[in-house]
Amino acid sequence: MPRLMPRLLTKTHVAAVASSFALVFALLCPVIGSADSKIRIMTATTDLASLAQEIGGDKVDVESIARGYQDPHFVDPKPSFLLKLSKAELLIVVGLELEIGWLPPLITQSSNPRIQVGAPGYLDASRFAKILEIPTGQVTRAEGDVHPLGNPHYWLDPDNGLRIAKGIQTKLSEMRPNDSAYFAQRYDSFEQRLKQSDQQWQAQMKPYAGRKVVTYHRSWPNFAEHFGLNVVGYVEPRPGIPPSPQHTVELIGQMKRDGVKIIMVEPYFDLKTPNSIARETGGQVVVLMPSVGGEKEITDYFKLFDYDIAKLKKAFDETH
Amino acid sequence: MKRFAVLPALLLFFSMAHAQDAPSVSAKRDVSPANTEDARMKALEEQLRTLAGEVALLRSELKELRQSKSPEQSSGPQVLLASAHPQPGMLPSSPAPATAQTTQTQTFGGASGNAKLLNPDISLIGDFIGTVGHNNVSPGPSLELHESEIGLQAIIDPYSRADAFLSFGETGVNVEEAYITFTSLPAGLLLKVGKKRADFGKVNTIHNHALPFIDRPLVTYNLVGGEDGIDDAGFFLSRFLPAPKNWFLEGSAELLRGDSDDLFHASRRRDVSVVGHLRAYRDLSESTNLDLGVSYARGHNSLGSNFLTNLYGGDATIRWRPLRRAIYNSFIFRTELFWSARDQFSPTAPTLFQTQHAFGLYSYAEYRVNRRWTVGGRFDRSGHATDAHLTDSGFSGILTYWPSEFSQIRGQYRFGHLATAPSDFSNANEFLFQFLFVMGAHGAHPF
Repeated sequence: MPRLMPRLLTKTHVAAVASSFALVFALLCPVIGSADSKIRIMTATTDLASLAQEIGGDKVDVESIARGYQDPHFVDPKPSFLLKLSKAELLIVVGLELEIGWLPPLITQSSNPRIQVGAPGYLDASRFAKILEIPTGQVTRAEGDVHPLGNPHYWLDPDNGLRIAKGIQTKLSEMRPNDSAYFAQRYDSFEQRLKQSDQQWQAQMKPYAGRKVVTYHRSWPNFAEHFGLNVVGYVEPRPGIPPSPQHTVELIGQMKRDGVKIIMVEPYFDLKTPNSIARETGGQVVVLMPSVGGEKEITDYFKLFDYDIAKLKKAFDETH
Repeated sequence: MKRFAVLPALLLFFSMAHAQDAPSVSAKRDVSPANTEDARMKALEEQLRTLAGEVALLRSELKELRQSKSPEQSSGPQVLLASAHPQPGMLPSSPAPATAQTTQTQTFGGASGNAKLLNPDISLIGDFIGTVGHNNVSPGPSLELHESEIGLQAIIDPYSRADAFLSFGETGVNVEEAYITFTSLPAGLLLKVGKKRADFGKVNTIHNHALPFIDRPLVTYNLVGGEDGIDDAGFFLSRFLPAPKNWFLEGSAELLRGDSDDLFHASRRRDVSVVGHLRAYRDLSESTNLDLGVSYARGHNSLGSNFLTNLYGGDATIRWRPLRRAIYNSFIFRTELFWSARDQFSPTAPTLFQTQHAFGLYSYAEYRVNRRWTVGGRFDRSGHATDAHLTDSGFSGILTYWPSEFSQIRGQYRFGHLATAPSDFSNANEFLFQFLFVMGAHGAHPF
């Protein structure tokens, strides 16, 4: 009996191998989209989705992995994203290691050759943008969770928005040469509207040029540079490190000395420390949205700046 | 800043070079005073012209640099304000490599081009564990550097990437995982080839340092062969499967050599083992999701080619992580069940062939209280694979502190009610503590 049974089992065992492989192969009925349908685009963040939508118009289907009110450093690589990624023709990422904690396994597991790093369907938007805070010299984590390739929050400068849009236009035209005139026309219209809006934003911010502000995380260097704000300190002692009492005391002292009244906070950070700093300094906490979709009314790239500038303007007026 | 130092540096260099050239040139000339005068004038004029050209060139380059790199200027002072504690390395360094930059035409983009070159991502994770208290059944050492895991990860070519994890433990070096992943296969297939932790349930796939506890559940030791579990060389094939709306289904089929810790043993080449896994996942809401799985593994055990071990598993996980507060609060609950059917000789009658059926499970819950603290608990119960009448049980309470994302300090109280004979138990009361540290770039783990 002991001899017979394992022999039988060995046969079933081979059958098990065969059938499990057969099961997988039997279900190989991939739905490959036709070339004429809309380009399926996945983006890492909502801002890139908004820009892609501006250029792609009704020739594209765009979806973002992260939500606008979510910390883009910490996104769960859920399998539900895998399904969408597996069908995507184009993946647009922020790059500069912003998504290093969650995007690489999603890309690998998507088993979609089109969007693998370096493939034609992988577009790193940071290639087109002006990048700030590129560290020089030695980079260590004694400085916190620094981004060795530069600050990845670069989309908060309308000029960069334009540059990224141009990059997307080029990519979409490569993918659908027949529609390149359409994408070019969409870009021209976007450029015109953005430049117009930017003039208004600049005019609104002009009275506050050179104002000193404090931000929670280093999310705003491009925004500050574009709109002439002067970021003089951060609630985080180092990037990615939660506020410490000692640093908070130092920051309060500095804000009092320099007369800083505005603390800009991203929607995903705890307001306890910023609020107590505001109480001590007679300042104001302004929750600004770093991304499209941070609030319901911020439905596109234009409304993002509309929202943030209106909020900042109000805060500047109230604290002066 | 450093790029602006290029101009004076280069000017100085050129003027020095010419200053050195000049005498040697004039020394070769005739001694006639008029000729010398003329020649010198000409030489000087020539020099002036070259220098003027040089200056014009440098000026245009400087202008270019100023346009593209002015942000570095403005951000420089911010970096060094009170919020940042300047390290020596943060200060602008000498402009040595700047000459290479002058030919750079690209004005936008990060430093990604030259930062890493072709090196793989290299990381080392140190895992230090200490234990106090008593455990007569499976006593661990008081202090140990349990393992140092070196990770090497890179994209190999346009079609594949590779990941290798070498763990240096107290007893030697072990290739924990090293495999190539083919990412560009047709029909949505994903194939990994090499040595890898098999996709049998959840805990079997997780590296030591990524576990939510210091030890592994009792059932891993009792039914899945020990700390490494099913970790073997072979082919690992997976694919998404058609699923009802809002569900995600993934099937894996794995063919392994058949040597996994104490679980499987291949006495001959035909003694391969197989692992199959089916995963079903669904988002219940934006912040909550449900993850279910069933697993099957089959291989030959240490008694020889005629003796098989079949292992069945089921796992269920509920996660909650609100997107707006993802870094402050989250909750996870997971249960895994294991059934083992092992061919062997009866423990009571050593000549009688039998299949020993044993069952084990663990459940754990973990809550992130704030950005730095998590609390968790685990319940364990498991029979022994070789003798199902021996059933161990236990529970643990776990507290973890995260100074940053790259280090972790954890304490775990562990109680074990461990069977030594069918109705004879030994109680173990232990306190474990652990220090984990990560250096370098360690790739993200699958969800």
